[in-house]
Amino acid sequence: MNHETESMNQGRRDFLGAAAGVSAAAVAPGMFLHTPVANAAARTEPVTDMHRWGLLVDTSKCADGCTACVDACDTENGLNLQSKPLGDDKLKWQNQRSTWIRKVKLQDNLTGNVTNLPLMCQHCEHPPCVDVCPTGASFKRADGIVMVDRHTCIGCRYCMMACPYKARSFIHEQVDQKLTRAPRGKGCVESCTFCVHRLDSGDISTACADACSAEGHQALVFGDLKDPTGPLRQALAKAPSRQIRQDLGLNTGVRYTGL
Amino acid sequence: MATVMMKGVLLASLVATFGMGVVAQAEEVGDYVLPSSKAASLENCVEPTEYMRRNHFELIRHQRDQTVYGGIRGSDHGISGCVSCHVGYDDKGAPVEIDGKGQFCQSCHEYAAVELNCFDCHATVPTGEAWNHEVAAAHAHLPGAAKTGPTSAER
Ligand code: SF4
Ligand code: SF4
Repeated sequence: MNHETESMNQGRRDFLGAAAGVSAAAVAPGMFLHTPVANAAARTEPVTDMHRWGLLVDTSKCADGCTACVDACDTENGLNLQSKPLGDDKLKWQNQRSTWIRKVKLQDNLTGNVTNLPLMCQHCEHPPCVDVCPTGASFKRADGIVMVDRHTCIGCRYCMMACPYKARSFIHEQVDQKLTRAPRGKGCVESCTFCVHRLDSGDISTACADACSAEGHQALVFGDLKDPTGPLRQALAKAPSRQIRQDLGLNTGVRYTGL
Repeated sequence: MATVMMKGVLLASLVATFGMGVVAQAEEVGDYVLPSSKAASLENCVEPTEYMRRNHFELIRHQRDQTVYGGIRGSDHGISGCVSCHVGYDDKGAPVEIDGKGQFCQSCHEYAAVELNCFDCHATVPTGEAWNHEVAAAHAHLPGAAKTGPTSAER
């Protein structure tokens, strides 16, 4: 099914596993990565394909005009620290400003029914952005998170063209204010990372899902697609869901109900 | 060729300066640790000082791949560790940008004439630090945290 990507990752996993030595074996049999947050600590072993992180969006709960997830994402990842370059056109800046989540409003012209949904990187199992990247900077982590290695990204923006979801942004301007947890700089492409810095510290949560819950909408459930007893799989089992542009066969990690 | 030799001489003098270990020479060439930084109060860096002078970038570069691809953020060889320990503080106790004039990273890189571009992307003062276990534990009590209680779908 996914021989190409999986086998590519395999080489790296083997390598990292070897480098990590004996203790790598301890992670595999147990399920202790699911333990509560009190035990959370920064990880010392490389991520594995034991998990695949995903998100379920219940569009029926997503409120019109609410931007809680977008705002939380901005704060979490330092996107709120961007400022419009002097003399730049306002509209141009709105289009160029880095955005990881877009609120999209769909209207069925026949029935007039309106659907709201947040659209971010769908963390495809077969990501077109990774296929086209000439440097290997665009990559999929073993746990399914698609990211940009900003150290090798040359800013060619092929991935932006390849992504069917318009999920990626290019950083046009020098970044003056940066956060330790989310480094970002001019000349690179970036997109949603599923708050990877949280996951890597053992906290299974994302800023967007937290903010949505705090707002009382509870339209977002984040979790492990490979854990049948986890919150995400339980929520997925309860209602029919679909992928946006399912026809492309990308097997996205982000799923939508009520579409 | 001449430059290579020059570099050799410079390095030799750096090592020599340190090797003497005389406190009075702390301000001399080769010691860029700021008195106001946390590093000043420590015996040595995460590895022996001579090793760090020559090889810190090997460590940072290795760690960078471990972090980006493997998600390992707890190591003390990461650049955020360098910044949090070596950043200097002004009179009011506010951290000073580490790539600023006279600051730890910048001053040595200027002396060695090596371009410093880590901080095009990385934070120059400890701010919005990594999501560590303390932050995560505090976070578990926030209303929005889905981790320990029932998930949003089940409530
Ligand atoms: S949604 Fe776009 S950026 Fe995200 S993995 Fe798929 S193709 Fe890549
Ligand atoms: S912009 Fe960067 S990540 Fe995207 S395709 Fe080009 S090199 Fe790869």
